[in-house]
Amino acid sequence: MKTCKFQLLSLFGALMLLTSCGNNNGKNKSSGALNSSNAEKVYVAPGEHDEFYAFLSGGYSGNVTVYGLPSGRMFKEIPVFSQFPTSGYGYSEETKPMLETSHGFVPWDDSHHPEISLTNGELDGRWLFINGNNTPRIARISLTTFETEEIIEVPNSAGNHSSSFLTENSEYVVAGTRFSVPIPQRDMPINEYKGNFQGALSFISVDPEHGHMDIKFQIIMPGFNYDLSHPGRGKSHGWFFFTTYNTEEANSLQEVFASQNDKDFIAAINWKKVEEYVNNGGGTKVPAKYAHNVYDESTHTATSTMKKEVLTVNPLDVPGAVFFLPTPKSPHGCDVDPTGNYIIGNGKLSADLTVHSFDNMIDAIEGEKFDGEAYGIPILKFEDVLAGTVKSGGLGPLHTEFDGKGNAYTTFFITSEVVKWKLGTWEVIDRKPTYYSVGHLMIPGGNSRKPFGKYLVALNKITKDRYLPVGPEMEHSAQLYDISGEKMELLSDFPTHGEPHYAAGIPAELLAPKAKKIYRLDENKHPYAVTSPDQARVERKGNEVHIYMSTIRSHFTPDNIEGVKVGDKVYFHITNHEQDFDVPHGFAMIGQNSSELLIMPGQTKSSLWEPKQVGVWPFYCTDFCSALHQEMQGYVRVSPAKSNIELSWSLGGD
Amino acid sequence: MKKASLLMILGAILLMGLFKFPLWNIKLGAPQYPEPLGMNIYIDGIQGMNEFDIQNIDGLNHYIGMKTLPKPEEMWEFSVFPIVIGGMAALGFLIGILGYFGEVSYRWFLGWLVLMTILGILGMYDFNAWMIDYGTNLDPKAIMKLQNPDGTPMSYKPPLFGHQKMLNFDAYSYPRLGGYLMGVGMLLTLVAFYIGKRSKMKTNENTI
Repeated sequence: MKTCKFQLLSLFGALMLLTSCGNNNGKNKSSGALNSSNAEKVYVAPGEHDEFYAFLSGGYSGNVTVYGLPSGRMFKEIPVFSQFPTSGYGYSEETKPMLETSHGFVPWDDSHHPEISLTNGELDGRWLFINGNNTPRIARISLTTFETEEIIEVPNSAGNHSSSFLTENSEYVVAGTRFSVPIPQRDMPINEYKGNFQGALSFISVDPEHGHMDIKFQIIMPGFNYDLSHPGRGKSHGWFFFTTYNTEEANSLQEVFASQNDKDFIAAINWKKVEEYVNNGGGTKVPAKYAHNVYDESTHTATSTMKKEVLTVNPLDVPGAVFFLPTPKSPHGCDVDPTGNYIIGNGKLSADLTVHSFDNMIDAIEGEKFDGEAYGIPILKFEDVLAGTVKSGGLGPLHTEFDGKGNAYTTFFITSEVVKWKLGTWEVIDRKPTYYSVGHLMIPGGNSRKPFGKYLVALNKITKDRYLPVGPEMEHSAQLYDISGEKMELLSDFPTHGEPHYAAGIPAELLAPKAKKIYRLDENKHPYAVTSPDQARVERKGNEVHIYMSTIRSHFTPDNIEGVKVGDKVYFHITNHEQDFDVPHGFAMIGQNSSELLIMPGQTKSSLWEPKQVGVWPFYCTDFCSALHQEMQGYVRVSPAKSNIELSWSLGGD
Repeated sequence: MKKASLLMILGAILLMGLFKFPLWNIKLGAPQYPEPLGMNIYIDGIQGMNEFDIQNIDGLNHYIGMKTLPKPEEMWEFSVFPIVIGGMAALGFLIGILGYFGEVSYRWFLGWLVLMTILGILGMYDFNAWMIDYGTNLDPKAIMKLQNPDGTPMSYKPPLFGHQKMLNFDAYSYPRLGGYLMGVGMLLTLVAFYIGKRSKMKTNENTI
């Protein structure tokens, strides 16, 4: 009987084989054939490179991850706002200052919106900016070293969410507050929010050569929630647009009380006008406390400076600089099309998208057609500024990006889909489901003057059954769509790290050729660097012991150290003497209350160890650097506190 | 004879290319070195193809106990070779000029070439001897002491010319631009000799 069944099955199988062959030879319409062509589209052969870099924010990881598109392969996690034991970021003496704030050392943040620097409104690939949402900060990452170079804290701000978006030539990186707060902070009843709390919109200048950031001015706005923003571009260059919600100014149960007004606002800010006002001596300097942390590539060391005041601007003092555009249903995303004419308010509690016209706005302002005011700021008439409404049939629009071919793509959180529509006619062209509940989407350059409209990445909030289950906590899912044709096509699905909110993409050819391979040892200006092994030494200053150490495959110099005592503060200053691409050395000390160090070729990093027990304690290289990696180790002899053993050090018995 | 002399002069001048361009090149590629490490051998010293190649080759060689690559002051060749090449170029130039004015015969061209060839062979012999020393005279405390199947210590001498597989490395050894220019120069002096000889014979015929 069993054999009989088997024979039947195999016969059936053979038949299936025949039919499927027939299909493939036929009109090529079977889903199998389609799938294989999608596989080819995302397949990057071993050793080949991706076409695009994608920088995904890590959300509550506080960091940024670097992916390749179309493959969806992750290349690197760049530590930004969070301590990162993998490299020692935030643990090493050099990088601890990066995480200093006015609240002290804050080893974590919630990173949201990465943005690549712009020239003439197009991606120039010099730096990546990203905001820390929780303890308001803006970071700048070098796109040659792919390391965080600078972090500036934003005072008078809370929930730094309508950030970090750039003006057309990266003149400013803009940081808006999502939570209005008392400015300056003071002890007051929470329920006196209305009329007393305020929202700061910060314009942080970016030095065109070095990228160094400095808060030029803060516009102190009414106490709404400034949710997202984008710059004007092209003809609207000089303006910045912020969506608001909670124009009700509720201070509790906002999910209900901040959803009462039929329309909130998009705030249109003529920052050029404010800049001119400030340059002519306008504004008020007020006391503030915020940290400015700068990492110097030549000393491999960060310094933290506490700033003491900030220039604030009352919008009423700059007539014609700030207007409100009524926008329905608590708009979330605030997106500007590549021409700079259309400003899209993604009304998150609505089915429709509201599109304002910059030209209409200018006409309305010039005609002084106002529909009242809010705290003295003129409100334009909704009908006057409206360009059109996209009636999509979806629910919960959040964010829009553009392909540079006259099309826009909007994510719908509630109906879990991406909708493609046409600018100007507002007709819906296509819609594709996402898995599940998509937040941001990203098209490389998709919110600049020059989008690269080939791929679209949907960044989803809910993963559920997309991958093999791994317990209750899961990484978020992303989907890659091909948008080169009339209809979008879902190509692949890949997990991300943390909770990517927004992402930024750029053609690989703009970054790959200038990516740094090593740090030059002869340019190393670290005060504790040793540029040749014969400078390696150990020095004592009171109870501080400084070990000037060098590494090369496959040993530490020195590797035997005696004369350290219990209670000493032992600093290992380690310089990696390799000048070969991708040959880092690691360093870890037994019992150290810190992380390892991962030291790149030509770099110096320092680690503090406070030995508490007498003994002979080993350290070793944590990065499998060579065939003799296992031999790359050393010992420190720790003697009792009162011991009189002299400091000594050696390598190979010399 | 004037044409021949000009070729002789040109051939001698081409030797001067060795002061600007490398004579020889050795490249080492391996799976973990997709971009091969390489050294350019000039008549006055060795330089990495990329800035840190010499340091990295030395770093690898320390595993097998090889000496570090010589600095110019560590090998007499790097001070003598420029004198020899410069001298030979000047001599060839002088012979060419004298030939042009009919002061010396075409035989001098061949004489120069024979001398240059002898010097070249000596140079190659010396280069090979240097490579044998580097490839076999290894530190007895070397980290990796590898043996041939017959139990003799493995040699790491790169090939004098061509490709050879050494452990995980593919070694390639070929002349570089300076070497090629020298070769072309020597060939030109040979041509100069033949042209000179033929024109001499023609003149002789005419006289007869």
